[in-house]
Amino acid sequence: MTASPEAIGVATILVVVIATYALFGGADFGGGIWDLLAGSAVRGAAPRDLIDESITPVWEANHVWLVFILVLLWTAFPPAFAAIMTALFVPLSLSLLGIVLRGVGFAFRHTAERLRMQQVTGALFAAASLITPFFMGAVVGAVATGQVPVHPAGNVLAAWTSPTAILTGFLFVAACAYVSAVFLVAEARQRAREDLTRYFSMRAIAAGVLTGALAGAAFAELSVSAPHVFAGLTGRALPLVAISIAAGIAVLGMLWRRWNHPLGLRVTAAIAVASVVWGWGLAQYPYLLPTSLSLAAGSAPTGSLVAEFVVAGLAVLLVAPAFALLYVLQQRRMLTAAETHADLRLAAGVGQANPGQPAAAPVAAATRVTKTLVLVLLTIRAIRDVFSARRRR
Amino acid sequence: MGVVAHVLAAGAVPARSQMGSSLGFHIILACFGIAFAAVTLTAEWIGIKRGDAAAMLLARRWSKVMAVLVAVGAVSGTVLSYEMGLLWPGLMGRFGAAIGLPFSFEGIFFFLEAIFVGVYLYGWQRLPAWAHWWSGVPIVVFGVLGALSVVAANSWMNSPAGYTLRHGKITRVDPVSVFFNASTPFETAHMVLAAYMVTAFLVAGVYAMGLLRGRRDRYHRLGFGIPFTIAGIAAPLQVMMGDIIARFIAHNQPVKFAAMEYVSKTTRDVPEWVGGILINGHVYFGSSIPAFDSILAGFSPHTRVIGWDSVPPAQRPPLVTLIHLSFDLMVGIGFFLLALAAWQGWWWWFHRRLLVTPWFLVPAALGGVAAVAAMEAGWVVTEVGRQPWIVYRVLLVNNAVTPAHGVTVTLGVILALYAILTVVSIGVPMIMSRRWRLGPPAEEETEQVPYGPSRAAAGPSADEPTSP
Ligand code: HDD
Ligand code: HEM
Ligand code: HEM
Repeated sequence: MTASPEAIGVATILVVVIATYALFGGADFGGGIWDLLAGSAVRGAAPRDLIDESITPVWEANHVWLVFILVLLWTAFPPAFAAIMTALFVPLSLSLLGIVLRGVGFAFRHTAERLRMQQVTGALFAAASLITPFFMGAVVGAVATGQVPVHPAGNVLAAWTSPTAILTGFLFVAACAYVSAVFLVAEARQRAREDLTRYFSMRAIAAGVLTGALAGAAFAELSVSAPHVFAGLTGRALPLVAISIAAGIAVLGMLWRRWNHPLGLRVTAAIAVASVVWGWGLAQYPYLLPTSLSLAAGSAPTGSLVAEFVVAGLAVLLVAPAFALLYVLQQRRMLTAAETHADLRLAAGVGQANPGQPAAAPVAAATRVTKTLVLVLLTIRAIRDVFSARRRR
Repeated sequence: MGVVAHVLAAGAVPARSQMGSSLGFHIILACFGIAFAAVTLTAEWIGIKRGDAAAMLLARRWSKVMAVLVAVGAVSGTVLSYEMGLLWPGLMGRFGAAIGLPFSFEGIFFFLEAIFVGVYLYGWQRLPAWAHWWSGVPIVVFGVLGALSVVAANSWMNSPAGYTLRHGKITRVDPVSVFFNASTPFETAHMVLAAYMVTAFLVAGVYAMGLLRGRRDRYHRLGFGIPFTIAGIAAPLQVMMGDIIARFIAHNQPVKFAAMEYVSKTTRDVPEWVGGILINGHVYFGSSIPAFDSILAGFSPHTRVIGWDSVPPAQRPPLVTLIHLSFDLMVGIGFFLLALAAWQGWWWWFHRRLLVTPWFLVPAALGGVAAVAAMEAGWVVTEVGRQPWIVYRVLLVNNAVTPAHGVTVTLGVILALYAILTVVSIGVPMIMSRRWRLGPPAEEETEQVPYGPSRAAAGPSADEPTSP
């Protein structure tokens, strides 16, 4: 049984939506990561403001792509959706927790009056930006390695705690940081902020190198843990993988040579991300869950698939122009961006923003990252223990 | 402990509690997503058209509050999307191809809504006055369309249609019949009206408090008058709609209706119970009106009303008392709010003035909370009344719940988080309004919200209304 053209069509739409979310949502999460690493309140003020200014008007709209992914999955490929949601209950719940905390942090952050409170909510926002991409990566890794059974009897812990899944988690975090830094270079450039352009260029290069290294490691892992996907990536999807690598290197080259053309940077980075997502989709084909559930066996009846085309058509007809409007208005700076409360009070001449008071000692970024990673790993262990104990009973 | 855990798990109780509490939370914010833009745009329209600075200031402030509420609404809505799969894989895996469809359209509409919310809230400063007003109109339209879609998904669970099952697998789907199932027109109309009532009564309530404290300026009178008018138009329509729905339920889901009205046996001349608790088949503390239930259901005392004896005990809804009292509460509040609206309407008709007597303002200040209570009660009737079915007469809740462990943990986390979110969404607007009242005028524009104008400066503002 081969997959119907409708099923292939909707799967294609799904991959497009995933790529879009990876790009825009990923850039938002990355912004939170850079916020986390920006250092003390004083030192980090300028980059934090830029991050804030570029994320604030668009984050909710960007976030809806995720909802689309869920909706497309459950309508067009219900058995795969049900299997993933059951087997990967824990990492999905954790990624959801990150999303909620991020929202709370965001909503509160701008209204929090005192610096202390702003730091707490800001930290919430930033920490959540790490949690969510990590566990989403773990979910993707678990699916790619074929560890999600079609009819799971409950949580499948081994699926998302495998080395491949964990590595994919870290890869997602690094990739978000990378995309975001590149976008922020473009933003800084457009605002003619030379200092911030340099600041984010350096970070984009570092994150790019890290992403490349993690991608290489994950690739090596896949050859053992996910033979089907590996064969696809080195076969059918090889051109896409090559494009992604080339685009990634091109961005690094552009940053290195300081050829910071905003649109050029954005588009090249977008190609790097989109083509790797495409590559993954192509490599999994013809499976929804390699290698136990095929597209043909797992897709909804034609009526539902056709309706999803109508939805996609509406999206192109209505959402795309509206989205373009939002971006154009934002780029033309018709939409005034947020500044921190303290800044505004200062500008308005009321109260003081008490500048020279770094509340947190500037901790080196590197140790923070290491600490966070260790914490994540310990948490996973702990959760694993809790749930496996429960299972034995 | 083990036994308790077993009992809880057997009835899918943690999952049901989690679903119910997340929905009960989301729906309040969703009401603002559906209706707040219309209230705000009315104020802005008056502001631009008449050069009314007070109305303009109201619109600006409301849009800031809207920003916080929409952000929380979007987050809690995402939680729901996850939960449909995390908690009910048996529903989505089997029927996702059908029930997923309305959600797909919801996705489009909320996407559009989110985009225009961004434009509207950020555009105060630099967009021309009317362009800014028009940028808010899509929020109103797409908010209602989004609500229609998502409620259609719920209607489908009550009146499943538009699919063919073969060997337990869906083989054919007719999207139009899924979307426009028997319950859709009733539920969606009732819900959209409820959203307008909840939002408008809540906003009016805030300014009723101000009026009560003696702040009788134009700002407070408009702040009360605009939303109260909108709520007052919705209230009578809602009661009419509710009456129609009740008759539809008696016909479409008779066992649910039986639980709503304490009808244990299928007979004629069925009495209408007002209040009362059902214990071992007897109604205590209630008063009954002879034959009135039959009259309501079919305009004649001889109307036969189907009781819950028509199905075996395993197929009857649990918590009949809860269902009945929730229904009574909703109906009671419906008439209470209708009376409030009628009173003010009467006064306006003959005196062209707002009622400012405490006899009116105190209940009016409570109207918002009452509307929320009515809406939550209505949903309890709909959802608990559908039990034990998740898809009415097709799929049992117990066959849809996830086999994954850990739902008790996520339930605990969700309850804790929603407690925080509740504080945020109530506290932030309160802090804002306190600052508005206390702060020096310059500080007004420095309020920060997830979206929203950061400074007054150009564009339509309270001090310099831009009228064409
Ligand atoms: C402000 C809110 C509000 C008010 C004043 C009313 N309702 Fe309501 N009612 C709702 C808000 C609501 C709701 C929360 O929106 C429900 C839940 C599901 C739905 O579609 O609407 C609902 C459901 C609901 C149902 C069950 C529908 C189902 O199971 O599918 C009935 C029979 C009624 N209502 C009847 C009434 C009557 C007779 C009312 C007044 C006299 C009334 N409602 C006032
Ligand atoms: C359109 C929207 C809605 C959809 C698709 C929906 C869907 C569901 C689902 C799948 C369940 C679990 C299965 C079950 O227990 O039958 C459920 C239960 C429940 N829902 Fe809804 N729901 C919607 C709106 C609401 C709203 C707005 C409320 C507000 C309070 C609500 C309250 C509840 C409650 C209390 C339960 C638990 C019922 C019980 O187990 O006794 N629902 N809903
Ligand atoms: C009667 C029930 C419901 C109504 C009326 C409703 C309405 C709304 C509204 C108006 C919004 C826009 C956010 C806002 O402006 O506050 C929203 C957001 C959302 N809702 Fe609901 N909702 C309901 C139930 C559900 C259910 C059951 C789900 C999931 C399955 C859901 C999923 C979502 C999602 C994902 C969003 C976020 C979209 C965004 O970012 O704008 N909703 N909902």
